[in-house]
Amino acid sequence: MSAVTADLAPPFSLPRHAGTLGVLAVAYLVVPFIGSSYLFEAILLPFLALSLAGVGLNILTGYAGQVSLGSAAFMAVGAFAAYNFNLRVEGLPLVASIVLAGLSAAAVGLVFGLPSLRLRGFYLAVSTLAAQFFVQWALTKFSWFSNNSASGVIDAPPLSLAGLSFEGPVGRYLFALTVVAGLTFLAYRLVSSQTGRNFIAVRDNETAARIIGVPVLRTKLLAFAISSFIIGVAGVLWAFAYLRTVEPAGFNLDRSFQILFIVIIGGLASIRGAFFGAALIVVFPLVLSRLGSFLLGDVFDSGVLDMTQRIVIGALIILFLILEPDGLVALWDRLKSRITAAFRRA
Amino acid sequence: MSASNFLLVGLGSEVAIPPDIAEHLALRSARAEPQTARADQALALELSGIDLSFGGVVALKDVDLAVRHGEIRAIIGPNGAGKSSLINVISGVYRPDRGHVAIDGTAYRPVPTQKLAKLGVARTFQNLALFKGLSVLDNVAAGRAYAGRANFLSQIIGLPGARREQTDARERARSIIDFLHLTPYLDRLAGTLPYGLQKRVELARALAAEPRILLLDEPMAGMTATEKNELADYVRLARDEYAITVVLIEHDVGVVMGLSDRIAVLDYGRKIADGTPQEIASDQRVIDAYLGVPPENEGGEGI
Repeated sequence: MSAVTADLAPPFSLPRHAGTLGVLAVAYLVVPFIGSSYLFEAILLPFLALSLAGVGLNILTGYAGQVSLGSAAFMAVGAFAAYNFNLRVEGLPLVASIVLAGLSAAAVGLVFGLPSLRLRGFYLAVSTLAAQFFVQWALTKFSWFSNNSASGVIDAPPLSLAGLSFEGPVGRYLFALTVVAGLTFLAYRLVSSQTGRNFIAVRDNETAARIIGVPVLRTKLLAFAISSFIIGVAGVLWAFAYLRTVEPAGFNLDRSFQILFIVIIGGLASIRGAFFGAALIVVFPLVLSRLGSFLLGDVFDSGVLDMTQRIVIGALIILFLILEPDGLVALWDRLKSRITAAFRRA
Repeated sequence: MSASNFLLVGLGSEVAIPPDIAEHLALRSARAEPQTARADQALALELSGIDLSFGGVVALKDVDLAVRHGEIRAIIGPNGAGKSSLINVISGVYRPDRGHVAIDGTAYRPVPTQKLAKLGVARTFQNLALFKGLSVLDNVAAGRAYAGRANFLSQIIGLPGARREQTDARERARSIIDFLHLTPYLDRLAGTLPYGLQKRVELARALAAEPRILLLDEPMAGMTATEKNELADYVRLARDEYAITVVLIEHDVGVVMGLSDRIAVLDYGRKIADGTPQEIASDQRVIDAYLGVPPENEGGEGI
């Protein structure tokens, strides 16, 4: 019997999730020791925060099929809520502030998710723009949110978790990595649960979902709440671990689009996709600027870089939508199966 | 040759298996007695005085329909006769202007769509309504969605209640999938299956809900004659195996004649006939409205 199963299994088969565990092991045990401060500050920290935001938006857009252009607003709610909980509640541990920040973002997401009960697709996307503009306006208008700071820019508190303090680039990286890994694991559990399948049912055929007894309205609102929770925590990481400052201007419409592009380029309805997409979005400008200044020298200044970046990203999105609507994840899976096949033949 | 004989012969030649139909007719007469006994009990489904219009277009006009427990009830009619509208009224997708739908003796207007599965009613759709991004197993298991009580947190954590629900749903789905011979496609994405199989997966999803009443909206549309007979067999088997009442809309009169116990005929939103297949086949109004007037060359000579 065992011989039969061994025959059927591909020769290179690894236990499930071996790849994920391998990546995590490298991220925890190797990267902190060999990485440079530039790697953490400029690449890994924004990558982790944006990946988490991508995971959050993917739950809403990829799995539940509700388009949202308000992601940056929920990040801002998370960041400012965490700052205020931390500032105004004596002795509240940072983890509790982060959870409360997530819940605040979830509550705001729930409110701006209400139009989804009546609107779909493009119209819903436009209504989520309201979240984007309202939140940014409210955070700028009421200086209470930024503790009456004259500039509106505030410093993030030091990071600590269960008595351990996470200082310096490596510390902040480990902090962000732990939060991202934990929430991504929960998100993975969610999308492979009955609730996750209800999300897909609502996305693929709302009428059929209603007929078979999926609570459609509750499912949509739940998707908005959970997605906003995760995006809110991503906002905390963005402000506390990456930028170390909290300001509304960083969470503008451009950021919302950036997260949407991460999800589209990485792959809709795929948790891994968010990480692929975020990696591309973060690394790509750096590569472009290196390449540009190497090839063109001084002509390639920051203005040109900015323009080139927009043009290339725009072209990439069009290409992906036409040629590979399933995103980088699909490309990766195809490459992997081709390599495995080649190995097996050899 | 009488009109009724003409109809049966004509229909038989359409699907090319007259002996099969003859066999079903024999079966039906054998079943006739227990059905009359059951007619005394409350009806599984009763529509009374249903009116439905879209703007100025009248889709249904004063339609009554009684469905007994355990019977296969067909609704036929030409295109645009209001067949799908009727199913949509029964499943609560449309709200009738007048009249009500009684499910197991309780009258509704409109039928609460969200509670439909809990009331023991499952349906399929004329145009496929599968969840393309889910596997066949998950599609069928989704049919149990109405029974889910565990909230998302207990599902994420994997509490015993949530796990039990999941195992139950999967087990039930597997047995239905096995019953409909879909096991080889268990892990395929539903959207990647050929049309005929997708139709069968939809039937499986409806059966997974353990309904007492099953509504099938053109389950055989677009199928080949062989596939149609196959599906007819599955429907009959499912009725016998799970003791359900079936309401079926179909275009192919040949299959319907062999499959159903009683048939209602709609034309321009009105019910013009209702009875056993034999009665329907010999009803002059049905022949005129639905099948047209018999041509001159009855025997097929000169074609």
